[in-house]
Amino acid sequence: MILSGCFPRTTSWKMKKRKLNIAVTGLNAIDSPGPGISVIRGLREATSFDVRIIGLSYESLEPGIFMHDLVDRTYHIPYPNAGIDTLLARLEYIHEKEQLDVIIPNFDAELYPFIKLELKLRALGIHMFVPTLHQFEEREKVNLNSFGKKYKIHVPRSKVLYDLRSVHSLPSEFLFPIIVKGKFYDASIAYSLEQVKTYFNKISAKWGLPIIIQEFIHGTEFNVTGLGDGKGNMIAAVPMRKQYITDKGKAWGGISIADETMLKMTRKFLKATKWRGGFELELMKNQSADLYLLEINPRLPAWIYLAVGVGQNIPEAMVNLALGKKVKPFSTYTVGKMFVRYSWDMIVDREEFEKISIFGEL
Amino acid sequence: MKLRKNVAVSEAGLLFNPVTGESFSVNPIGTEILKLIREEMTKAEIEDVIILKYATDKTTFEKDFNDFIGLLSSNNLLENEEKKA
Repeated sequence: MILSGCFPRTTSWKMKKRKLNIAVTGLNAIDSPGPGISVIRGLREATSFDVRIIGLSYESLEPGIFMHDLVDRTYHIPYPNAGIDTLLARLEYIHEKEQLDVIIPNFDAELYPFIKLELKLRALGIHMFVPTLHQFEEREKVNLNSFGKKYKIHVPRSKVLYDLRSVHSLPSEFLFPIIVKGKFYDASIAYSLEQVKTYFNKISAKWGLPIIIQEFIHGTEFNVTGLGDGKGNMIAAVPMRKQYITDKGKAWGGISIADETMLKMTRKFLKATKWRGGFELELMKNQSADLYLLEINPRLPAWIYLAVGVGQNIPEAMVNLALGKKVKPFSTYTVGKMFVRYSWDMIVDREEFEKISIFGEL
Repeated sequence: MKLRKNVAVSEAGLLFNPVTGESFSVNPIGTEILKLIREEMTKAEIEDVIILKYATDKTTFEKDFNDFIGLLSSNNLLENEEKKA
């Protein structure tokens, strides 16, 4: 018998989207913000799935903990120096309560333990889309010289220092000013040897050794954020020019641009390294328009919501890749869209602060 | 003398270079001159339009126009001046 007529009879049916439980770190939406809140905003705007957001925090005053319209529930997790086993035990506890589908780690310093735990977490049914350990280590600031040489990408000359005594050879090796950088975070411009010593002590006290000394490139700073599929393909990429920079060197305003040389460098980086996951390239263009790669951040940046705003929802694409879905590379984005960051005072009940402080959950 | 194709010029006189992300503001006469450049007018034709419309002379126009073109050029906003983005 041949069925006649139309099935389904109505076209108003909507596909029910899967609801994913996604855990996100980097809820410190402060003056030097973590990327968590921007990542969550992207996830909330995803069209391919619905989300329940589980915040993972380190400190009780991370603003994201109290942003209940963005974060459904938050759990403290141990600092990376507590060790991988401690982190795993905590994540197992959280998973038991929240049935996590995906975790998006957003800090450089926590990536190492998360990468190490990837297989164990996968066995529990928790997915991530992070770089491999080799990719993570190869792009470290201490290895930038050899990275540039290996992949034929312009990088500023740099030197790794493990003790304060070695700063004395710097005047014969570099022209001042020079950049003094921490292993994970912080960078200062030093105009004299005395300043190098001051910054060496200040940064190493906070982030440990080594300290990286980098040639100062005069020019304009740009950033590219994007997503590599782990096979050498570029899934997404959006270049941005910083328009307003805070005293901590963070972009407080920026604009999406259409610079083909930056996209070309990004493609080259992804193809050469087969980068897996989100990233941010920090670039400097000098007066002769030569492009230098200053740093590769192995995670999404705090300004990632600009990428969402210009048509590339990178956090959504990252989750789909983590779940093993095929993701079509983005081919366009809107040029000339700006982001302007702002600060906001939330009014928070003391009871909430007590709960997260005492029980480590809210 | 051609303004780069992708440089956006707003009615209010804001130039945006999408390659570098730089923005520049120009005054109403500058905006008008940019519009004439976009219409592919020659320098002589632009001079005729401006002198007819505003109380200025050839010498002043010549100086101001060259200054203006120099600024556009030094900021990589002209098609033929740009060697590297």
